[in-house]
Formats: sequence, C-alpha cells, structure tokens
Amino acid sequence: MMRAAFILLRRDLLLAFRHRTELVNPLLFFLIVVSLFALSMEPDPRVLATIGPGVIWVAALLAAMLSLDSIFRADFEDGTLEQLMLTPHSAALLALTKVLAHWLVSGLPLMLMSPLLALLMNLPIEALPALLATLAVGTPVLSLIGAIGVALTVALRRSGVLLSLLVLPLYIPVLIFGSSAVGDAAAGIPYSGALLLISALLVLTLTLAPFAIAAALRISLE
Amino acid sequence: MIDSPQAARSLQAHSLSCERGDRELIRDLNLEIKPGKLVLVEGSNGSGKTTLLRTLCGLRTPGAGRITWCGEDIRHFRSEYHAELNYIGHLPGIKDDLSAIENLQIGCQLQTMHADIDLMDVLDKVGLFGFEELPCRTLSAGQRRRVALARLWAIKAPLWILDEPFNAIDKKGVELLLGLLESHINNKGLVVLTTHQHLDIGEGRLQRLNLNEHRAQQA
Repeated sequence: MMRAAFILLRRDLLLAFRHRTELVNPLLFFLIVVSLFALSMEPDPRVLATIGPGVIWVAALLAAMLSLDSIFRADFEDGTLEQLMLTPHSAALLALTKVLAHWLVSGLPLMLMSPLLALLMNLPIEALPALLATLAVGTPVLSLIGAIGVALTVALRRSGVLLSLLVLPLYIPVLIFGSSAVGDAAAGIPYSGALLLISALLVLTLTLAPFAIAAALRISLE
Repeated sequence: MIDSPQAARSLQAHSLSCERGDRELIRDLNLEIKPGKLVLVEGSNGSGKTTLLRTLCGLRTPGAGRITWCGEDIRHFRSEYHAELNYIGHLPGIKDDLSAIENLQIGCQLQTMHADIDLMDVLDKVGLFGFEELPCRTLSAGQRRRVALARLWAIKAPLWILDEPFNAIDKKGVELLLGLLESHINNKGLVVLTTHQHLDIGEGRLQRLNLNEHRAQQA
C-alpha cells in the first residue's frame, strides 16, 4: 500500500520537475499581485502594514487556485487516471498522494516565498512566524478542498468558473482565520486561537477529503 | 496468477443493463466468460462496446444487474478484482513526459502481480528497441500504442479487457499481439476485446457477443 503511494509520489514529482516552467506561474502570480498592491497604495508604511496580511493571504489563495486544475486534469486526459483507479490500491490513498505531490510543488513554494512579500508589505518581523505557520497549515487545506472540486469537474470541458464557484466559498474560513492570525501577530496580540482553528480544518480535511476526492473521481470517470 | 488453479475463475454478468447519459444501450445481458476463452464483442458504432467493457472493469456502475468475478460481486471486492485485471482502453494511459521504460516500470510497480521479467526485454519484444529512453511525446501513435500494450507482457493478470487493442499498430504488431492473445488463452487466461480486425483463433475458444442483439428497445 504505502509502496504504491511512494511510487505515485515519485512519479508526480518527476513529472512536475520535467514541467518546471509551469511551476513558476503561480509563484509569479503571487509576487505580481502583492507587489501591485504595494505599488498602488499610498506610500504610507502604516497603510501597507494594515492591509498586508489580507493581501498576502488573498494572493496566496488565488495563486493556489490557479494551479488546482493540474492535480487531475493531465492524468484524466491521457488515461493514466483510469489506470490508477484500476490498480488494487485504495483510491483514497492514491488521491491523497496526488494532493500531497501537488502541495509540495505549489503550496510549499508559496509558503517559502511569503517572507519576501511580507517585507514588501512592510509587515513587522514579529508577524513572520504567524504568516509562515498559517500558510503551512492553511495551504494544504486549500489543496485538499480544491482537489474535491477538481475531481468533480475534471470531466467537463471548461470547468474554470465552475471550479472557482465550488471551492471559493469553502476557502473563506481559511482566509479569514489566516489573515486575522497574521494581523494579530503584527499587532502583538496572541494569535494561537486562529492558528488552531486552521489546524482543526486541516485535520478535518485530511481525514475526510481523500474519500470525497476518490468518490468524485469515480463519478467523473463514468 | 496465471499458473494457479483457474477452475473457479470466471467473469459473469447477470442481467446487466448499461446506460450512457439517459440512453439505455444494453438491456438484460447475461454473459459468462470461462478460462481459456476469448470473447469478441461486436456491434455497430454506438452500440455500447466501450460502455460494456468499462462496466465490466468496474469503471462504470451498471444501470441494473451485477458483475461477478469468481462468484463475488466486483463492487464489493474491488481491489482483489483489480489485482487480476489488465485493462487497456481507448486512451493510451501513458505519460508523454516519461520515457517508454519509465511508463512501463511505474505501470508495473503500481500493479501487484507483475511478471518476473526484464522490462527492457519486453520493450524490445514489442518492437521498441532503441526507443526505451525517449520521452513518449516523441514517439509515433503506433509506438505509443505499443508502450501501452507492453503492459500485457509485463503484468501477469488472468483477465484482460482490451478496447480496440489493434488500433494504430502495424501488420507485424497485429501478428505479435495475436500470438500473445493465443498464448494467454492457452494458459487459461480470459480475454474480452473489441476489434474490427479479423481474429484467426480456433472457433472453440472464440466466443462472439453481438451487442446489436442485446440492444435496448428505443422509445
């Protein structure tokens, strides 16, 4: 069982590595959105610091959405997804593995890039741990919820708008708690409450989403 | 496994109906496939050949009826059933950015019952000598088909479900595949396939299923 997951993870990372130019797109998007905000606001460091947490989180969320479709789309189109569903392994485990591979090449780089953008938005240095921590637990939630949406819409030709409509409402709790935790940290207030709430969301999605994704993939392959 | 006792191994469909969209394509199909038999599914375009094969694989849920493998409903024993199944569909099921050998290796590693043979030899046998390390993107349609078909040599599963396996491959490839099909049924394997190719296999072992006769009455 775990061996199959490891093989699939290695395959997906290898494929991502051979497509590395595509991996840069969400990162560039993240960088561009945040720097446009920094440029368009009045040149007052306090204004930037106030809107900073929200802007960084919104940009991270949109960047994560931009790369969602690639979780299952290519596999669906070349038939490897149906072959995966016909292996003796648990479909939920394989789905979870694919989401993990996707997070490693999309969510993790976003998180690693965020301190740079925090500097750009003039966030105080005390807010950095909160930003990294909320993104570390928040972006996997985005990937897991997004994967359910992608699995449901992968058989449709133009699913972009539908996918956003499906997953955006579910992203809102993560966005609210994520940006408020960073805002609190910047103001010097304890932020562990919001961080724990996102962690609870991560536990919830980590346990339930793989089964929802597997079921949705079965429907899409019918 | 191919060489284990096969007596109980059979695929059965019990009053099966298949639907696509809102249309019922096949109604009340009863079918039994025994070891050593090759079932050729025939029928005009749109008669539901692919739909039937996908239903037999467990990719589609039947509209009514059930499918059993060794007497057990395949929906309840999904992983045991899939461990003994080798399906090749319309889509190649190979990654364009991986090489032929990588595709075959990963395909085999994800299945549990792969044969104990050198995969390079398998690719050599299907006529891909010298193309093993090239990304499949650079191969021709026929060669990519051969990469997909190489699974049949490499994965030892008793039940083969093949949707148009002869598509895009040349005369020599057809002969090679026919030989493989023959040796598989001689080894008490089971094959279900659709093709427009003439199949030169002994009549006793060839079972024809014409879907036009099982067509649901259109309202």
